Amino acid sequence: MTVFLLRRLLQAGGVVLVMSLLVFVGVFAIGDPVEILISPEADQIERERAVKALGLDLPLWQQYLVFLGKALQGDLGRSFVFNEPALQLILQRMPATLELALGATLAALVIGLPLGLYAGLRPHSPVSRGIMATSILGFSLPTFWVGLMLIMVFAVQLGWLPSTGRGETVEILGTRWSFLTRDGLAHMAMPALNLALFKISLVIRLTRAGVRETMLMDYVKFARAKGLSPSRVTFVHVFKNILIPVVTVVGLEFGGTIAFSVVTESVFAWPGMGKLIIDSINVLDRPVMVAYLMIIVLLFITINLLVDITYSVLDPRVRLEGKS
Amino acid sequence: MSTTTAAPVVAPRVETPFRRFVSEFAESRLALFGLLVFGAIALIAILAPFIAPQNPYDLAQLDIMDGRMEPGTVGGAGFTYWLGTDDQGRDMLSGIMYGLRISLLVGAGSAIIACIVGASLGMIAAYAGGRTDGAIMRLVDLQLSFPAILAALMILAFLGKGILNVVIALVVVEWAYYARTVRGSALVERRREYIEAAQCLALPTRRIIFRHLLPNCLPPLIVVATMQIARAIALEATLSFLGLGVPITEPSLGLLIANGYEYMLSGKYWISFYPGIALLVTIVSINLVGDQLRDVLNPRLKK
Amino acid sequence: MTKGLQAAAAAASLAFLLAGAAAAQTLTMGVGAPVTSLDPHYHQLSPNTAVAQMIFGGLTGTDGSARVVANLAESWRAVDETTWEFKLRQGVRFHNGSEFTAEDVAFTFQRVPNVPNSPSSYAIYTRPIRQVEIVDSHTLRLRTAVPYPLMPTDLANIMILDRETHGSATTEGFNAGPMAVGTGPFRMASHRNGDRIEFERNDAYWGTRPHWQRVTYRMITNDAARTAALLAGDVEIIDQVPTSDLGKLRVDQRLALSEVTGLRLIFLGFDHSRTEASPFVTDNDGKPIPQNPLKDVRVRRALSMAIDRAAIVERVMEGAAIPSGQFLPDGAFGHVPGLVPPRPDTEAAKRLLAEAGFPQGFRLTLHGPNDRYPNDSRIIQAIGQMWTRAGVRTSVEALPWTTFIGRASRQELSSFLVGWGTSSGEASNPLRNLVATADRDKGYGASNRGRYSNPEVDRLLEAGMRELDDAKREALLQQATRVAFEDVGIVPLHIQKNTWAMRRGLAHNARADELTRAQDVRPAATAGTAAR
Repeated sequence: MTVFLLRRLLQAGGVVLVMSLLVFVGVFAIGDPVEILISPEADQIERERAVKALGLDLPLWQQYLVFLGKALQGDLGRSFVFNEPALQLILQRMPATLELALGATLAALVIGLPLGLYAGLRPHSPVSRGIMATSILGFSLPTFWVGLMLIMVFAVQLGWLPSTGRGETVEILGTRWSFLTRDGLAHMAMPALNLALFKISLVIRLTRAGVRETMLMDYVKFARAKGLSPSRVTFVHVFKNILIPVVTVVGLEFGGTIAFSVVTESVFAWPGMGKLIIDSINVLDRPVMVAYLMIIVLLFITINLLVDITYSVLDPRVRLEGKS
Repeated sequence: MSTTTAAPVVAPRVETPFRRFVSEFAESRLALFGLLVFGAIALIAILAPFIAPQNPYDLAQLDIMDGRMEPGTVGGAGFTYWLGTDDQGRDMLSGIMYGLRISLLVGAGSAIIACIVGASLGMIAAYAGGRTDGAIMRLVDLQLSFPAILAALMILAFLGKGILNVVIALVVVEWAYYARTVRGSALVERRREYIEAAQCLALPTRRIIFRHLLPNCLPPLIVVATMQIARAIALEATLSFLGLGVPITEPSLGLLIANGYEYMLSGKYWISFYPGIALLVTIVSINLVGDQLRDVLNPRLKK
Repeated sequence: MTKGLQAAAAAASLAFLLAGAAAAQTLTMGVGAPVTSLDPHYHQLSPNTAVAQMIFGGLTGTDGSARVVANLAESWRAVDETTWEFKLRQGVRFHNGSEFTAEDVAFTFQRVPNVPNSPSSYAIYTRPIRQVEIVDSHTLRLRTAVPYPLMPTDLANIMILDRETHGSATTEGFNAGPMAVGTGPFRMASHRNGDRIEFERNDAYWGTRPHWQRVTYRMITNDAARTAALLAGDVEIIDQVPTSDLGKLRVDQRLALSEVTGLRLIFLGFDHSRTEASPFVTDNDGKPIPQNPLKDVRVRRALSMAIDRAAIVERVMEGAAIPSGQFLPDGAFGHVPGLVPPRPDTEAAKRLLAEAGFPQGFRLTLHGPNDRYPNDSRIIQAIGQMWTRAGVRTSVEALPWTTFIGRASRQELSSFLVGWGTSSGEASNPLRNLVATADRDKGYGASNRGRYSNPEVDRLLEAGMRELDDAKREALLQQATRVAFEDVGIVPLHIQKNTWAMRRGLAHNARADELTRAQDVRPAATAGTAAR
């Protein structure tokens, strides 16, 4: 186990390094940050000054080395745009995105699992067909479009929910969370649902597929033959077995949700990390992009680690491997 | 959990002839209907240049004075815009026919390539384990955490704009999903007895992976793949929405939707609505076929 | 659809009534561009300027039509060719009670060029000042090396800070709040980066006190979401109204619009930097043309003539622009009366092209951004249609601003669409930046991305820049403008209108410089006139 963890950590370091290099080269290829950030009024002398001030006058490899040197001391650089430490900017925005992603994941499980279970147990009933057909909507319509439709219906037409933004927040341990207030929840409902749509469909489909398959397994047949009640068979034997793919995908999707919350956050003006990264990409704020990607990579690696550990707990056939 | 899982899974030698596959597939009327609809859509896409009233990609045939016309209006060129026009005066019906071509090409193309790349890598990772597994899975981590938008922006910067580059961007973004899914199920499968048996027989590794492991990992893969085709098309729409998709003069369904999005609030629904319907029908038909395929191909659902 | 919208109307009007009754003295605004810094000297960007003008104040200011007006300075005059004297307003206090004096101005001028890490500083406005002389506590003399007529205009951009308070102020200090202390009509109450800023009224403001006790300034960058927020009653006024929504909002009984012709010209630039083949120009077989046709004034004129500007304004911009043949709209300093765009004429354009040696036309790729200006990618498609009809087969490529602008600046494109907002409101600014020969030491042509160069334009402009007499200067600038446009250095398309939408019952002074500020909004009743 220790060897396993140590190895994962080393790999994580490598991934982060590759990521930072990619972003450096990538941003260099996309465009010149000064060209984007500088006021159109600026003359050539002011442009040269800005290039120097942002440290962009050095050759790219030198800029990268400077960055690495500072990063090793825990300094990921200052945002070109905000002149604040990139890490701090991201951490400030993180709670907003986390609560949105958690809300979406929760919604996906709460809605997706029962529906999928039903559709799997009664694959030929009209209700099941209805569920499956509707679930297609979840991933075929572009997120931005569904987002606007949600706003049109629930905020503009019905007036039930606030259209955009994040609601009232409560401070816990120096971070601000909005899911503890009524206003906060009201603001969160639509973006969380918007973000969850794809996941709900995914969970429904995975659960259904899993259930159908497991019902035909010998141990399930055996359990039924033994005269166990259908609900016991369903919830103990079947459910436990289908959790593996669902856990994989939901775990995996949690990271993806954070990385893909970009569109939802910009449609709903949700002040999270996704909004920050899209704004940073739009102005080529490299320090923020690098820091953001590094944090996300670490997050992914952690989640995958957790998923792998969960595997071994849920299914003894899968072992964590120190060495192959 | 005890070891009741000693499932006598049939080693999936492809013993079912094609005919049996067809008849099993045809068991579901819905799937057949889906296949029919999809066939019709594919036909429209292929024949678009011959049946569309206008070539929506030729700027000389468009006139902004015909822009944003309501469905059913007769335009300057003398024919009726049955589904209205977009802001450039592009006949929506022709636009959808041509857009289908691009969307299918981009969606199916990227999903298939990503599936092949991702599934192979995932399978290898699960089977080889150890260092190979670590390397591949960290690559997956890297890829999944990289925002699609940034990846697309970089590819755009390196390769320029074009339909092929959108496909590349989507493959880069999507392959990791397949890899992760396949590895997840392969990890379980490879501990099963039939694999151990195959190993005992000293069958070549490649044979074990592709003849024995892969077919048993197929069901979740097909679930993911049918969804990912849809998702790829929707993602392409999102890229277009962010200005990173296909060229604006050759709109895909996604770009048509993204373009019409701005007119939704002002009631000019047709610019976004009809391409949306076309997209929806396409994706539903793909999924109806995919669902049945998954059931038919699943060795474990055989009685 | 219509029924749904009617229901929406009913629901939203109720929301409006409630909002109106409960919160008479509070205002919630939704703006489209994010504010990046509350440090008024860190990053020169219009949204930052708008917020800075709510919290701080400059020696001079500009009114809604971009004319220079008194602000913290009551009056000014040129003492001699190279000395400007400013008389400061008496009795002005910063939010923390500290008094405003000439010392503060001198301190400010010193800080402006020395803000660390600034990606775009305001130093371009203080650079002409060679020496600051404090005559008495409320009189100041600024000496320049050469005559500098634009001093009062430029100083409207410089927000004055307090020497006692801001001695060691950092940008972070401003963003966090403690340093956001100025002389302006509002004080900053809270700031959530990228989300919202909350303001309270400064009751000790020296000028006209704004109506609003509390203001929430929300940043909603997505266009449709911003309009939806207004329709849902979550915000009371929005800026940058998407042109696609204008028609609908105009007829909505619950809403009012305010609109003014702005100062942003949308134009096409051409590759003037190459006499040999230009990268995106080919003959009809796709082979490069050895001589760059865009160097020929007849070709440029033909391309300008092929464009139907009125059609673009009406169909693409939905009326939110005016066709233009020059930099500035009527009424601005340096506007040339009678300099109008050519009448659209496809046949004449074809004849001109034939005369220039291209009877069969040629092929061209027109580039433009797709996320920068209203309808930018739609405009270039429309122009693509028009040029193709005139025989120049045009393909259109729309790119995100991040990749587009770098390529345009490196002269990698043959023809491209860009915009220019003349924040100073007078003609020397676009002349200097867009059509003057690029020259680092003079600071000319910094945004002349096509590298147009005309010695006559340069000569007239330089003469104008030295002329302190307003009438003579205007005449010189007008002449320079006329020469540049008759030579078709750039192809002007239209000048945008700036539009705000608000709930009925509010009135707003629309600003030509696009800034959205709370002091420009008031209840319609107290003002007596409704917004146009």
